[in-house]
Amino acid sequence: MVKQHRPPRPLVRNAVRAFAVGGLVCDLGQWIQSLYMRWGGFDREAAANPTAATLVFAAVLLTGLGVYDRFAQWAGAGLAVPVTGFANAMSASAIEARSEGLVLGVGANMFKMAGPVIVFGVVAAFFVALIRAVLPRLIG
Amino acid sequence: MARSLGRYTWQFDRVFLVGEAAVVGPKEGEGPLRDDYDGIFSCPYAGQPNWEKAEQSFLRDACEKALEKAGKAKEEVGLFVAGDLMNQLTTSSFVARSLSLPYLGVFSACATMAEALAVAALAVDSEAESLVMTGTASHNATAERQYRYPTEYGAQKADTAPCTVSGGGAALLGRDSPGGAGRVRVAAATLGKVVDLGAKDPLNMATAMVPAAADTLAVHFSEMKRDPSDYDLIVTGDLGFHGMPVLRDWIRRHGYDLGDRYSDCGALIYSPTQPEVFNGGSGSACCAVVTFGHLVRRLRRGELRRVLVAATGSLHSTVSARQGETIPAICHAVVLERET
Repeated sequence: MVKQHRPPRPLVRNAVRAFAVGGLVCDLGQWIQSLYMRWGGFDREAAANPTAATLVFAAVLLTGLGVYDRFAQWAGAGLAVPVTGFANAMSASAIEARSEGLVLGVGANMFKMAGPVIVFGVVAAFFVALIRAVLPRLIG
Repeated sequence: MARSLGRYTWQFDRVFLVGEAAVVGPKEGEGPLRDDYDGIFSCPYAGQPNWEKAEQSFLRDACEKALEKAGKAKEEVGLFVAGDLMNQLTTSSFVARSLSLPYLGVFSACATMAEALAVAALAVDSEAESLVMTGTASHNATAERQYRYPTEYGAQKADTAPCTVSGGGAALLGRDSPGGAGRVRVAAATLGKVVDLGAKDPLNMATAMVPAAADTLAVHFSEMKRDPSDYDLIVTGDLGFHGMPVLRDWIRRHGYDLGDRYSDCGALIYSPTQPEVFNGGSGSACCAVVTFGHLVRRLRRGELRRVLVAATGSLHSTVSARQGETIPAICHAVVLERET
């Protein structure tokens, strides 16, 4: 009975929005990278870092202004998957904990949402590196 | 004197609503019931440095306005029964600290308002107290922080997610009330039992609470020997837009048809076209501000004669949910009647 009344999840709508917004964020990133390459004197690889920093800064600014979560409600994974999602997770946690003080509030809570991403990112990287190191020797 | 009908219901003799008030935040103030509140804060901070203090000022403000409307002084109140959603009931306890009254903190999550009202009515009808104040409050941002994600975190919410109401409601109960006909009294209360049919999703609490609501309503009708048609309005607490049709179906299993008398506080407080209200209002303030703001006004105006308020609550915690426990739910119901 509960299932029968459950509103259908708008999967197609969500996927289309996530695809479009995620793509636009990447477009924006590409555009910023080109700017750094043309006028900043960076080569393609070196331009990647300031590009990510610029996107992170924009996401943190929008989070602080209280509008990022509204865009994200509309766009879903389109804003959660790029580096902007990570920046939002950290800055939102930091803002939330501000009233509890700088060290035990902001400091301790900043990685509350982003922590799992780092933990499992590092774990995954370890196993990938392990396979990369061991596999050629087994085959070769 | 209060007496027991069956296992779950208390019937009260002389318990009147002496004064009541509802204050809300900006989002609720833009909702369909905007004309029925006693105060609307234009900013969710309510002039305070943090959300927790804002929630306290909702409750404090509602209590002060209720006292003012009743023409009573704080010193005349013999007991303060209050609750909220915060860990250790900080909102209620901190307000009780500044009120400096004998205080009972109660918790039934979003059903707290009905529990507080039942306890307060019992104290009045047993003649232990002559004037008792009850109140509940919640704040969207404090509830998001404690139960869900940081407020600015961009997690996409499903349409079944609740939107916690920012506000506070308070009522003064006494053995007498001025006004003759048109006085509103608390006539009965049916206390719910904890029901858990195995729902697990904390972002779809409405479906976890439906069985509890149906159970309490069915017990109420049977112990009071009444039908849904004996009420002008039956409201549940916060089943919301998506929970209402489920309850309608579910209670047919108990042999009752709620018909067009049925509504829900969470669905009344917001319009579905408002941004980011999802399933509708929730939180311990939801039922309180709709009842003490909107419903009691309609009772006093004579548009309604007898109302059944069935407040619903999910009794899980963030830890229990992460440990994979199911969501236990409860529903307490109170009957409000206009004297003819």
